[in-house]
Amino acid sequence: MRSLFAKEITNIAKNNKKVVILSGDIGNRMFDEFKDFAPDRFINCGIAEANMMSLASGMALCGLRPVIYTITPFTTTRCLEQIKIGAAYHNANLLIIGTGSGLSYSELGPTHHSLEDIAIIRSIPEIRLLTPSDPEELKVQLNESLLLDGPTYIRIGKKGEPNIFSKDNYLGIGKANVIRKGTDILILAIGPIVSEALSASNDLANENINVEVATMGSVKPLDEKFLEENLIRNFKYWITLEEHGLVGGLGSAILEWASDNNYLDKLKLKRIAVKNQFINKLGNQNYTRKMLGLDSSGIRNTIKNLCEN
Amino acid sequence: MKTDLNIIAKTLRRKIIETSFRARIPHIGSCLSCIDLLVYLYWCELKINPLESENIHRDRFILSKGHGAPGLFQVLAAKEFFPLNLLEEFGKPGSVFHEHPPKPGYIAGIEAATGSLGHGLPMALGMALAERIQKLEYRTYAMLSDGECNEGSIWEAAMLASAQKLNKLTVIIDYNKWQATGRSQEVMAIEPLSDKWKSFGWDIQEIDGHDFSQIKDSFNKAKDESKPSAIIAHTIKGKGVSFMEDDNNWHYRIPNADELQRSLRELEDES
Repeated sequence: MRSLFAKEITNIAKNNKKVVILSGDIGNRMFDEFKDFAPDRFINCGIAEANMMSLASGMALCGLRPVIYTITPFTTTRCLEQIKIGAAYHNANLLIIGTGSGLSYSELGPTHHSLEDIAIIRSIPEIRLLTPSDPEELKVQLNESLLLDGPTYIRIGKKGEPNIFSKDNYLGIGKANVIRKGTDILILAIGPIVSEALSASNDLANENINVEVATMGSVKPLDEKFLEENLIRNFKYWITLEEHGLVGGLGSAILEWASDNNYLDKLKLKRIAVKNQFINKLGNQNYTRKMLGLDSSGIRNTIKNLCEN
Repeated sequence: MKTDLNIIAKTLRRKIIETSFRARIPHIGSCLSCIDLLVYLYWCELKINPLESENIHRDRFILSKGHGAPGLFQVLAAKEFFPLNLLEEFGKPGSVFHEHPPKPGYIAGIEAATGSLGHGLPMALGMALAERIQKLEYRTYAMLSDGECNEGSIWEAAMLASAQKLNKLTVIIDYNKWQATGRSQEVMAIEPLSDKWKSFGWDIQEIDGHDFSQIKDSFNKAKDESKPSAIIAHTIKGKGVSFMEDDNNWHYRIPNADELQRSLRELEDES
């Protein structure tokens, strides 16, 4: 996803002279083409994210469209107050890209895991929170974000994410998409981890459990129309799936939506996410997903247990 | 000019104290230490037409020490960025005029919401970069408190401004030697402040922040520099009222009726 981001933002910036990239001293070589044609619009802000976020707000107030790029914990939790005050309160036209979200940098340890970013960014008013599931969705959301007023946070993976969507999907901000039809269980996923849900669903089909898989696309705005339409479809369970902590993520957002709209008696919901814990025994992303029950077999087992009980 | 500015500053000192008394607004000491600098900026330095306060080429001024807002609001009213009578709402429930500057759009002339220290200079840095990138024609100014220099983000901004050679960025430090609960030197060993900024790659000037002649010279010299410029203005917290000067109780205290009258007598216009 990060390569697609670099390529796409470069294309956009060729036509949109307001676009400036602010890097937190990462992205070595990724932005070479950008730097070649617009050296004055690429600023390496160093390892100083608080300053980078506030200066982006200042730039936005003076007419530019800054795009802030660094690894997710450092562009979210590290500079939360600068996002709240500089970006959100000022309604600044800026874009925050968190790269390597969730467990993308699993081996690098808890310093590089981002399992809280959705929870905290979601609590801030007036900022969009987008969670593309594949490079194509990122491309669409990136282009749309830069046409909208106000700040946007896009949570992306790292590299090698599979393509999820077909040409039939309408990808846009605040738009859920069904990528596998089913009738028993509804999985609502965000981010590249949706590929694990697809794999689990194929396995469950062999056991006569018919799973529908949808991507939510964004947590703010939440596609409430899509959720409401699915309330009457009598799924046995709704499953939320996210590479994020259990606290405050997509699952929480949907439970809050259900509670606020008096829908709690109309659905059963199970959240699949990372327990509220630090991960101390490290491995690559696949290893950690498996250990935490977030891989396809873990998802399959969770759903099987729900169906059997 | 000098006499006029002194008269203006004295008038605004009275208004700051009257407003504090009436609206129960603190930070008198912080406002009185920087009011001379604000008066010089808005009467002599900044290229901002109050009638076109959103002109894209206007100079940008950020009050990074946002708790000085009661002083800045008086300056903006006096310069007719908005009608003076709007300040009658100061401190009332539902008013936009309270202790800190709100985001732009609520009070003409306010460029950024400040009050959380350490945000204003980085925002000003972004504004200075935006000027260069878009080939506009303005200078950017940020006024900091010495306590604010505790914040790491100030030094992050200082390093980047230097790396980017932002010679159209000027910082003014209202160095009144106090922060909320103690001497700034004792809380965080701020000295040698001048050397710190210099070693971060800035042009440095140290002046008496209550002397309009020195203030004028420093701003003029800052324009000639090839680096970002920091004016360290030595000031007195509570300047202008004998019993408030250098007494940090006036960071939070609000005058009683007797203190109000004594203050106003000391600040009577002698001209």
